[in-house]
Amino acid sequence: MSRRVHRSLWVWLGAGLAFLYIPIVSLVIFSFNSSKLVTVWAGFSTRWYGSLFHNDQILDAAGLSVRIGFISAALAVVLGTMVAVALARFGAFGGRALLSALSTAPLVMPEVITGLSLLLLFVAMEQAIGWPAGRSAMTIIIAHTTFSMAYVAVVVQSRLAGMDPSIEEAALDLGARPGKVFFVITLPLISPALVSGFLLAFTLSLDDLVISSFVSGPGATTLPMVIYSKVRLGLSPEINALATLMVAIVGAGVVIAGILMNRAEKARIRDEQMALAGDDLPAANPVSQA
Amino acid sequence: MHDGRKPELALDEPWRNPQATPYISIRNVTKRFGDFVAVNDVSLNVYRQELFCLLGGSGCGKSTLLRMLAGFEEPSSGQIFIDGQDMAGIPPYSRPVNMMFQSYALFPHMSVQDNVAFGLKQDRTPLKEIRERVAAMLDLVKLSPFAKRKPHQLSGGQRQRVALARSLVKEPKLLLLDEPLGALDRKLRESTQFELMNLQDKLGVTFIVVTHDQEEAMTLASRIGVMNQGHIVQVGTPSEIYEFPVNRFVADFIGTVNMFAGRIVDEDSNYVRIAAEADGCTFFIDHGVSASPNAQLWVALRPEKINIGREAPADTRENCVQGVIDGIAYMGDVSVFNVKLASGRMVKVTRPNLIRREEDTLTWDDEVWLHWHPASGVVLTS
Ligand SMILES: Nc1ncnc2c1ncn2[C@@H]1O[C@H](COP(=O)(O)OP(=O)(O)OP(=O)(O)O)[C@@H](O)[C@H]1O
Ligand SMILES: [Mg+2]
Repeated sequence: MSRRVHRSLWVWLGAGLAFLYIPIVSLVIFSFNSSKLVTVWAGFSTRWYGSLFHNDQILDAAGLSVRIGFISAALAVVLGTMVAVALARFGAFGGRALLSALSTAPLVMPEVITGLSLLLLFVAMEQAIGWPAGRSAMTIIIAHTTFSMAYVAVVVQSRLAGMDPSIEEAALDLGARPGKVFFVITLPLISPALVSGFLLAFTLSLDDLVISSFVSGPGATTLPMVIYSKVRLGLSPEINALATLMVAIVGAGVVIAGILMNRAEKARIRDEQMALAGDDLPAANPVSQA
Repeated sequence: MHDGRKPELALDEPWRNPQATPYISIRNVTKRFGDFVAVNDVSLNVYRQELFCLLGGSGCGKSTLLRMLAGFEEPSSGQIFIDGQDMAGIPPYSRPVNMMFQSYALFPHMSVQDNVAFGLKQDRTPLKEIRERVAAMLDLVKLSPFAKRKPHQLSGGQRQRVALARSLVKEPKLLLLDEPLGALDRKLRESTQFELMNLQDKLGVTFIVVTHDQEEAMTLASRIGVMNQGHIVQVGTPSEIYEFPVNRFVADFIGTVNMFAGRIVDEDSNYVRIAAEADGCTFFIDHGVSASPNAQLWVALRPEKINIGREAPADTRENCVQGVIDGIAYMGDVSVFNVKLASGRMVKVTRPNLIRREEDTLTWDDEVWLHWHPASGVVLTS
């Protein structure tokens, strides 16, 4: 009886995994197809990778996407952290509930609306103060910063909430001023959250098609926009190659993160054993010679 | 090693001298959190080089009082003076106070020596001096071999000593310790208590220690302040608190006590007779009491001040009562007898352990007489 349950579980698992990964696997396979027709296998070849690296449009778009991702993620980390600190540490100041609601609203706002409202804002601002002049990479950066900073704020705020507030109080007590406490104590302690917030913001920016389409201008075409416009003209093996590269990069990132985490875990266990072993050293009885 | 000596620095008992200037003066301090009053109209003087223990049940406001001294909370009303200076509006980093947190609050990303050096760095102490003082302090708490370790690589007791070293290295005039020994096992606890006294001898610091362990307060303190629901109920030396509690709460909170409710039946300036009718015994107390004649009173009797035996005392009219041994708790050094009176109530009596010393040991269901000295009972009016 239990055998059969066991086997049916495996079947379901296999079906689930297939559902998830068959599209990606077929994409990888067809990126090595020598035929120009995406759906007809005509033998192994890496020619699409070669032509990919000579396609300036794609390379430029990839470069722009990475640049926008970096800058907007960096800005989002700074602004998001400021929001998080205000929410987590300044007690019940006036407008706290409002700030809390407003800062997390972009998480649930449909992207179309975010994009549209930002576009309207940019147009209105251009008319009113002449800045930003036209739509460009700059407006994309501003737009990406606005929505990804909400994610950073959430990540950092939960880290701050999990931190013992008396650590900061102890620093104040020892004579450090609040600004110094923030940079010397708080910031190092929340740095893991800053890193994951940055990576999250970077990924969101790299991934974004909808908002970028609204606020980009001529000459500012991000990678997702290029892919989307190319695919609309028909599937291209070049895009398969590009997608395969991206899958490879993400895959490598996941594997490396896994290895690093595994190592950190081992170090932690070693440290704990060290702490326990330290107990029977003479230091355990500090009085006898005092 | 452990001679149980109390720190003798506050030797002249300055709190008995109305001319002495207190080092810390807390005047009518109240702290409210919304509608909740955490600290209620507390006034307290602490003198230089005292080791003052704040004692009280959970949630009675001890930590809140300490946090107001350190500057993390502002009093809702009242004033706090340290060394004659009004502390209102002075931030924690400008106060001559260091605090050791109950959670230790070590900086997890810094090594032990950086933790200890942190306070000195804030004062822009020369690097060479920092190094020397940190090394000396780590030596004092016997942590030199661990100087390079991070807090998570230390055991609980070692972390506690890092926290202590970190708060001491600046040689503050006032050190606030919030349940400093809460997480230690009994042996480490005792040795660290002793270490605290030693440090006080050496550095002449004034300590305020929060604890809810009354035994710890008894061993450490020059004086104890007992708190209940935001109030300071009694302030006194450990023996004053134990022998002369001011009300039933203190008597009950510190140590074990048998409480008898009664009324005055006869009184004079130098004695008083109190009948505890419910329990069928009469107390003769060898001093006068200021209480209205027919008011409800209580007599508190410590278990170790009651004699127990099979023979009736010479005078069976007062300061004695008959009962049956209902249970014996063996504690090693002492035995606790639960004696059931005719009224049905239980009285606790402790005796030094007599097993293997006496032929005729008392045992279960023995009929016994309890009797006590006229000075043993403490009369409480509230
Ligand atoms: N920031 C706060 N906001 C609201 N209530 C608070 C706050 N801090 C403390 N309290 C309340 O004040 C009361 C006293 O708290 P405090 O921490 O001083 O107790 P304590 O005597 O130290 O108790 P324990 O022995 O458990 O540590 C508690 O009932 C607590 O709930
Ligand atoms: Mg407390």
